Amino acid sequence: MNDMTPTSAERAAKLEGMGCKRKRVEDIRFTQGKGNYIDDIKLPAMLYGEFNRSPYGHARVKTIDTTKAAGVPGVVAVLTAETLKTVNLAWMPTLAGDVQMVLADGYVLFQNQEVAFVIAESREAAADGADLVEVEYEQLPVNVDPLKAMGPDAPVIREDLKGKTEGAHGKRRHYNHIFSWQAGDKATADAAFAKADVTIRELISYPRVHPCPLETCQCVAAFDKIKGELTLYGTFQAPHVIRTVGSLISKIPEHKIHVIAPDIGGGFGNKVGAYPGYICSIVASIVTGRPVKWTESRIDNLSTTAFARDFHMDMELACTKDGKLLGLRCYTIADHGAFDACANATKWPAGLFSIISGSYDIPAAHCLVDGVYTNKAPGGVAYRCSFRVTEAAYCIERAMDIMAQKLGMDPAEFRIKNLIRREQFPYTSAFGWQYDSGDYQTAMKKVMEAVNYKKLREEQKDKREAFKRGETRELMGIGVIHFTEIVGAGPSRACDILGIAMFDSAEIRIHPTGSGICRLGTKSQGQGHETTYAQIIATELGLPADNIMIEEGNTDTAPYGLGTYGSRSTPVSGAATAMACRKIKAKAQMIAAYMLEVHDDDLEWDVDRFRVRGNPERFKTMTELAWAAYHEVPAGMEPGLEAVDYYDPPNFTFPYGAYICVVDVDVDTGQVKVRRFYALDDCGTRINPMIIEGQIHGGLTEAFGIAMGQEIHYDDDGNVTTASFQDYFLPTAVETPHWETDWTEVPSPHHPIGAKGVGESPNVGGVPCFSNAVNDAFAFLGSTHIQMPHDHWRLWTAAEKLGLHG
Amino acid sequence: MAKSQITMKVNGKTVEALVESRTLLIYFLRDQLSLTGPHIGCDTSHCGACTVDLNGKSVKSCTVFAVQADGADIVTIEGIANPDGTLHALQEGFRQMHGLQCGFCTPGMITRAYRLLQENNNPSEEEIRYGISGNLCRCTGYQNIVKAIQHAAAKLSGVPFQEAAE
Repeated sequence: MNDMTPTSAERAAKLEGMGCKRKRVEDIRFTQGKGNYIDDIKLPAMLYGEFNRSPYGHARVKTIDTTKAAGVPGVVAVLTAETLKTVNLAWMPTLAGDVQMVLADGYVLFQNQEVAFVIAESREAAADGADLVEVEYEQLPVNVDPLKAMGPDAPVIREDLKGKTEGAHGKRRHYNHIFSWQAGDKATADAAFAKADVTIRELISYPRVHPCPLETCQCVAAFDKIKGELTLYGTFQAPHVIRTVGSLISKIPEHKIHVIAPDIGGGFGNKVGAYPGYICSIVASIVTGRPVKWTESRIDNLSTTAFARDFHMDMELACTKDGKLLGLRCYTIADHGAFDACANATKWPAGLFSIISGSYDIPAAHCLVDGVYTNKAPGGVAYRCSFRVTEAAYCIERAMDIMAQKLGMDPAEFRIKNLIRREQFPYTSAFGWQYDSGDYQTAMKKVMEAVNYKKLREEQKDKREAFKRGETRELMGIGVIHFTEIVGAGPSRACDILGIAMFDSAEIRIHPTGSGICRLGTKSQGQGHETTYAQIIATELGLPADNIMIEEGNTDTAPYGLGTYGSRSTPVSGAATAMACRKIKAKAQMIAAYMLEVHDDDLEWDVDRFRVRGNPERFKTMTELAWAAYHEVPAGMEPGLEAVDYYDPPNFTFPYGAYICVVDVDVDTGQVKVRRFYALDDCGTRINPMIIEGQIHGGLTEAFGIAMGQEIHYDDDGNVTTASFQDYFLPTAVETPHWETDWTEVPSPHHPIGAKGVGESPNVGGVPCFSNAVNDAFAFLGSTHIQMPHDHWRLWTAAEKLGLHG
Repeated sequence: MAKSQITMKVNGKTVEALVESRTLLIYFLRDQLSLTGPHIGCDTSHCGACTVDLNGKSVKSCTVFAVQADGADIVTIEGIANPDGTLHALQEGFRQMHGLQCGFCTPGMITRAYRLLQENNNPSEEEIRYGISGNLCRCTGYQNIVKAIQHAAAKLSGVPFQEAAE
């Protein structure tokens, strides 16, 4: 056979499997403007919905008059909480076990809260109607400061919870208290601090920010009264969860709900939750019998759906005098806004925050998190990170610098001394996490060599002397970090959402001609799943990636999955894909044995075929076996070649990285120039290096935005002052630094292909790296911690406080 | 609300329509002409997802009324490909250099770059970065977009593309 001519390596290259920089399948349509996003959907007789929103941060709603709104030409209906009560939907459950108002029921708790929903023949008529809803308010005292939320005189945020001393996560000790959650062991941590030579303590705040994908949250709800079926198109990172939650809330049987998530214009955690816009669109479609579209404006997006962070961490580290870490204690106030609508696994109200010991071998540790209500938008989503991991990584990496400063040690040297060593893996942290694999020292040293760290420190020393002599007004800062993430939720014993275990799945069908389709419950929002899942299949099954169609975002066709967030697609669905392939391959092997008239065990796999051991000219390719599976299977074997796999991971995966950033800060303008940013990531087995690099560029850019300029800010009256791109900093191509990327590759031992996930690492590592660089610039002047964001004004102010302006 | 009759050329074809005076060009293109390539990403003319080419200039079509475009010659992402149906060098460059991820900013970004390369057929990295600063991307960090535009510039000038050393 001619087929024998190409070598194994040549045949493998043709498959475009794992490790290949395969060009993206998605790009063909996206570069031609042929993506299919929610707002592109136009159904016959479709109506448009628009909200009337609260102008106040906290107020009693005395009356709502919809007469004028209903009179606008084109307006078909107006929904208020009273209408929703008739279908028992004025409130909805949140993913965190709380309840949330869908439309203002008696009072409003944050600015821009949804008050009424106007449905009209056009977008413009809906907007006109929304403007004419007349609401009489009585303003109430506002609190937007989480640190004051549990004070004796704090305004009551949630009147509906009055007298309830138990919440979804146990006891509530104040009317604005949501939960207390702790991990680690307080007694051993306290003992470690008692015997420590050196301790540090700092209040490290991670401001409220927003995932802010370029496409906002949107949906089209189409209820078919005759069939009693709902089709819901939406920007959903987790379509199946939306179907199940939708069914539980609406009482429409789950099999009569069809959830479709077409192309999504970025998610970053913004599109995991269920929002009032979805519920109102569904009700509006049921009421009117017509499809209803809701598209969020940017202002609505930034001010109402899914903020992130707002963690205020009182952090302590304990050390010996020669720099060995002994203990960690952290007390956190978490601002969850007016409703606890964060997206965490049920058992973890503060997410996986106890990854706060980071990359370091810390023998004793304890953390305690109190969640509180304020007059701010609900959310607390995992913005480009696994649940609350970025808060933890920011906190430990800032604290490591502060401790190094107190010890008089170099921050890199202090880290290397305390990094978990290669021989300690699998490593169990003081918080009980079992880190799967890593070679932290190698990563750190590789980065330091790449940037010539020693020389940078020498240059910095010279520049500091020059600054003291008045020869320069620039301060040079070097940020060094080593981070560890915990992603891939999750083992079902540890993770569920509303009782649904966090496994994931893949269904693969190989067609007779050797091409196929793979359907998954995850949902790409730009990660390139259509490209990369096919690469896993190409390697596993020996079929060209181009011959595999990847389908996501249709709950009717895909097996049940928990969706894409928390870097879980590759760790969980990637594993399910590989395992489904292995089921198919096992069947193909039996067919090959039958066709070649040998025993199964006499066959060996070679790239794209089974061949007879010791007789490689006798083989059957996977393409031949696919054909055979449909017409000459052995007696007693079912025809066909397909498999489903539900993968429940035995553990999380722990991607990590070492980053270095060099900045120059002008003390007179507060302006920061990023001179260099070098990022080394280890995400285990690399499926598509091109896509990995792209993810890292993007995550670092989002990190740059967060560290250097972002904050969803509220004034004391509860007005959100940064709810548009006029006021909320998104980096353009001009400010964005040049990125240098690097990698090491230590596979996860428990994952079928050794992959760990990567999309979120650069955001988790990037934020502390920028912040450490900026803080390092000021450190020699006695400054320990300058809060983010490090924009010009705040850094000028920091310089002013340090007396640098004469 | 009163409607106005407008005529314009869109992607080489003459279009006549009745529009409300307040209809924005982006909604006219998307909703009435079903040209859903240009997107809406903000309310304040910052993001550039709606960028189209109007009389030889890049404009944000969310900040132009459809009636203002009466008589104009408009090119959207749907009209960028070569007349023979093959991809434009920019469309190819964005794919080759991984200049996109979620694809939402891409039509605006490519349409902007299409005009940029006609204004300057051999832009430096700095000129490219400045030239696309009215277009936001949340996914790529811009570095590969810059490379994609350089890739296209090289192709259009008939010179081999050389990636700058890291």
